[in-house]
Amino acid sequence: MAEALPKDDLLAARIAGLSFPNEGWQAPARFDALARLTAMGLPGRRDEYWRYTDPASFNRAEPFPAPTFDDDGEGMVFEGIDRLRLVFVDGVFDAEASDPLALDHVEIGLLSAAQSDIHWARELYGVLEARGQVPVKRPFAALNTAFATEGVLIRVTGYVPRPIALIYIHSSDTSDAMLHHCIRVESGADVTILESGPAAARFTKVMEVDVAEGGRFHHIRAQGRDHDRRASTHIFARVAGKGLFKSFTLTANGVMTRNEAVIELVGDEAVAHVAGAAMGDGRFHHDDTVFVTHEGECCESRQVFKKVLKNGATGVFQGKILVKPGAQKTDGYQISQSLLLDGDSVFLAKPELEIYADDVKCSHGSTSGAIDETALFYLRSRGVPLKAAQSLLVLAFLAEAIQEIENEEIAEDIRQRLENWLARHEH
Amino acid sequence: MLEIKNLHVKLEEEDKVILKGVNLTVEAGKVHAIMGPNGSGKSTLSYVLAGRDGYEVTEGSATLDGEELLEMEPEVRAAAGLFLAFQYPVEIPGVGNMTFMRTALNAQRKVRGEEEMSAGDFLKLVREKAKALKIDADMMKRPVNVGFSGGEKKRNEILQMAVLEPRMCILDETDSGLDVDALKLVSEGVNALRDAGRGFLVITHYQRLLDHIQPDVVHIMANGRIVKTGGPELALEVEKNGYADILAAEEA
Repeated sequence: MAEALPKDDLLAARIAGLSFPNEGWQAPARFDALARLTAMGLPGRRDEYWRYTDPASFNRAEPFPAPTFDDDGEGMVFEGIDRLRLVFVDGVFDAEASDPLALDHVEIGLLSAAQSDIHWARELYGVLEARGQVPVKRPFAALNTAFATEGVLIRVTGYVPRPIALIYIHSSDTSDAMLHHCIRVESGADVTILESGPAAARFTKVMEVDVAEGGRFHHIRAQGRDHDRRASTHIFARVAGKGLFKSFTLTANGVMTRNEAVIELVGDEAVAHVAGAAMGDGRFHHDDTVFVTHEGECCESRQVFKKVLKNGATGVFQGKILVKPGAQKTDGYQISQSLLLDGDSVFLAKPELEIYADDVKCSHGSTSGAIDETALFYLRSRGVPLKAAQSLLVLAFLAEAIQEIENEEIAEDIRQRLENWLARHEH
Repeated sequence: MLEIKNLHVKLEEEDKVILKGVNLTVEAGKVHAIMGPNGSGKSTLSYVLAGRDGYEVTEGSATLDGEELLEMEPEVRAAAGLFLAFQYPVEIPGVGNMTFMRTALNAQRKVRGEEEMSAGDFLKLVREKAKALKIDADMMKRPVNVGFSGGEKKRNEILQMAVLEPRMCILDETDSGLDVDALKLVSEGVNALRDAGRGFLVITHYQRLLDHIQPDVVHIMANGRIVKTGGPELALEVEKNGYADILAAEEA
């Protein structure tokens, strides 16, 4: 282990306080990840994909403290939805607060459990993360693979109507949580994963999702409302032929969030949609960094990211569609938009297309603007009060992202959270 | 009901005076028409009454049932019973037509101290009103005016009017962009709303709308003022001879 320690001072300091779990079936993957991390080092502002977001708070050995948050009675998201609940408090699994880990057509285990070799998980843990390190380095994902202390391992073998909910409670002001989940959706299986809550003062997360032929994966996440929380999350997905991957994220508040999604469409006719709605007021920095690779033919991908920003909030979008040679009939779509509710807020967008096939349809767009005054007047002229009219228009702006949620009950829950947020953050 | 006195209006951003002393009274139960050449200030008058930004009232007043409109926010004017059917109805992607109308109606009811209408009752009400205007259910589900044809947009305006039941209706060139059939539908919709308690101000370029919506009083507006007022025959005169004769006669 000693010889694997990096020479780089910053990295050495970052991992000095972490314990390296070098036993069990993940150990080889952890050693590999540590080697990757050592080779690439921690990111700096000069790295191309960290120009708009300062990695300093993720690089620090200790997290900045974040007071736990009083939600003022709003209650937890997804509460009304029938779901299998898995609760993590500051990154530690809370068995008592969780439901029994049993659900038809699903095998669920914990990363920390001393189970013997789980064949399918061994082929996934750190594997998609490693693939996702090229061509863009993602040091915090490698850090996570090496040091993650907990996570769930979910293998889905059939249609699962009841969502599996990962609930992240933040209870300590200085918690530094690292979770790593592996999800394998077998051929023809169908599952919905919900994630909610702030998790910790600083949260580093990796979710590796492997969708087999014709499998369907739905993911809806609501990141916690704690103002001072920081999160660096990664989704690595590989979608086989006719497979479906859909992910939606709601982010309301949070001083620093970096959500990375790295998706490979490896089989023909695979579909991937990633969407996000982010709401920031004041000290808020939100970064969506997305990389979609088309490898199979006739695949479809959509990236729909919307941000509502006010009082100096910052939004970042870095989205790429890479169409590899042979990925003919690709249908790629990418839109990133911000609604700036005042003159102080900032939106930085870097849309990229890289196409090596000739029979391809790819579109991308990025806009930044204020509320449409003509529409506002129209609504008010019918009797809708100013603030209600503004909220209607903000929700309308976000609608395209929310439409990516297939389950109407969950979509309605998300809409309600957005409305509540808007009501709390009226001008 | 609507009383406009000596109304002077200029553009907020530049020193351009548009209305130069408009005097006009619309009584309950009456339909007044305003005709006039391009640039005479007809649309500005409608926008100023509805409360659109960008205009500055330098003199005069406009009251609805004795209450000063010009001091009110646009939504307060609407709740007080004023309605403007837009010349160019606004497209609002992402806001469903039904949601929009129900939000508007309930907001107005709230101001008037009435109970909110339930989704079920509202649906019934809208269906009934939409049927008369030949607006199909699909149009109701779509986002406000998005992808609507010119005729559909205008019918949607009249539907909103029928649902909100305002006391004072201003129609700003509702006939523009309509074919003969749509014009008939829209006019029938308006005529159905005519009653003793409601006033109308119909702004138009052409007499043909007034064939369908018969006015009680016709005003000719030019250069920011009402220059001539008369009965329905005035509209026919304009149609026959154009505005030039009337304006020349006024100036003489």
